Amino acid sequence: MNKIKYLLLRRATQVIILALYFGANAYGWKMLAGTFGSSLLMGFIPLADPYTTLQVLATGFVLGADVLLGALIITIFYMVVGGRAFCSWVCPINMVTDLANWLRRKLKLDKEEVNYKFLKRNTRYWIMVLGIIVSAVIGISAFEVLSPITIMQRGIIFGFGSGIAVVVAIFLFDLFGVKNGWCGHLCPLGASYSIIGKMSLIRVDHDHEACTNCMECKIVCPENHVLHMVNKESIQVTDGECTNCGRCIDVCGDDALNFSIRSFAKKRIDKN
Amino acid sequence: MANSDNNRRKFMATTLQSVGLTALGGLLWSGYTDEVKASPLVLRPPGAIKEDDFLRACIKCGLCAEACQNRETNLDKETGLPKQGTLQMAKGGDHRLIGTPFFIPTEVPCYMCEDIPCVPVCPSGALDQLSVSNDKGELDINKASMGLAVVHKESCIAFWGIQCDACYRACPLLGEAITIEMHRNERTGKHTFMLPIVNDNACTGCGLCEQACVTEKPAIFVLPNETAKGKAGDHYVKGWDKKDQERVGDAKAIETTTERSNQSSADYLNSGDLY
Repeated sequence: MNKIKYLLLRRATQVIILALYFGANAYGWKMLAGTFGSSLLMGFIPLADPYTTLQVLATGFVLGADVLLGALIITIFYMVVGGRAFCSWVCPINMVTDLANWLRRKLKLDKEEVNYKFLKRNTRYWIMVLGIIVSAVIGISAFEVLSPITIMQRGIIFGFGSGIAVVVAIFLFDLFGVKNGWCGHLCPLGASYSIIGKMSLIRVDHDHEACTNCMECKIVCPENHVLHMVNKESIQVTDGECTNCGRCIDVCGDDALNFSIRSFAKKRIDKN
Repeated sequence: MANSDNNRRKFMATTLQSVGLTALGGLLWSGYTDEVKASPLVLRPPGAIKEDDFLRACIKCGLCAEACQNRETNLDKETGLPKQGTLQMAKGGDHRLIGTPFFIPTEVPCYMCEDIPCVPVCPSGALDQLSVSNDKGELDINKASMGLAVVHKESCIAFWGIQCDACYRACPLLGEAITIEMHRNERTGKHTFMLPIVNDNACTGCGLCEQACVTEKPAIFVLPNETAKGKAGDHYVKGWDKKDQERVGDAKAIETTTERSNQSSADYLNSGDLY
């Protein structure tokens, strides 16, 4: 049970959030209505996605105050508390790419991996900036016309149509194409949350003394470059690309990884 | 020294590659995005701003469609439950900008709820509450202009002389948005043509007429305003209407700029061959 504690918690969170959104349309629930683009929490607290908001603003449209306030609330929450937690605790595509990743390991596809050198992890930041530029030039939110995230979410709430193809495409790409291809290389929304959440308080902490160097954490981590300190030094994972998914904590048999509050001291003094 | 030169060259090459690929991506992405926004025949919720701006503004949250689906007033008189939701959220295969709200009158028309639940919930400003409010600031659905009903008289059986007033009776603004014009049927010599005429000023584009139309494919149908309406321009004003005459002040003259056409128009007048 301890081996999948955070995994179960995350799945529960993702499913409950989607269920609330679904119920808002199907049964008129007021807990959480709308979609990630813009939502209404408890019927009166506006929430909005910062990157989506930025795209609309880039088209030259002066957005309503509700969206701007909503985007501010979300930005502050992930900036101060959650880090890039949206990606692993909320986003429905995470379930798709996690499944692809799990299958990849089971089918031993990782071993045969073709080295996609042209696709780098920083590609997503280029796409993020490009999305804003294209929005400004063409005059509609550019990422929103193909975002598998909101297509999947709206699919669950309102019906998929042929939009399901985008979700399947992401699954196939991550399974047979590039490992962590979508979430770890391409997704501009994830890129935006990496930047927003860079300074957040919730951080994974690594204890070098407890670590037995089994490397289980690096195998499951979807952004395993953030775990560069494993078997090297006792510091926190401060890279903004860490999604705070807690999978590394789950699989660690040595209690060498745990959630913690960001320590602002430059370097922690080791116990011995 | 040679090593740092190599590093610099490598750095320049990768930067150039990134910029180049970004430009390529930008071109493809722009082309795709520009194509998907081209869907002129789409009916938007009440209060929707001009289509071009609507496509910019809509944040695709679906709050309007959810409010429509779960409205608390304007219930079905027989069941006491909300009628089926009018607004759909465009999904893949709908051939409308994905994630934006629209409706298809033949499936579910707009029932014109007096409290207009879909409009005040819009957080982005894509649905403009002021455009569906009266002078007192109260919501007034009759001010909505989602489109304009148009009659194709060749397929409208009332124009054949057969008695049918399905659209007239279905209209929520009965006698205002659709009126019946009567003409003598010369063919029979003893019957009346009862012709449905749509009045632009009153028609909200709700589509109840289109849904009610009895012909195989509706002979009365709602088109978006931009598609359905013509424009006289500022050069044509009603000479008998003081207010309308003011528009001529906005008119911009179009001047002939080529020597040749200047000359030919003068020649034409001088030749005296006007008829």
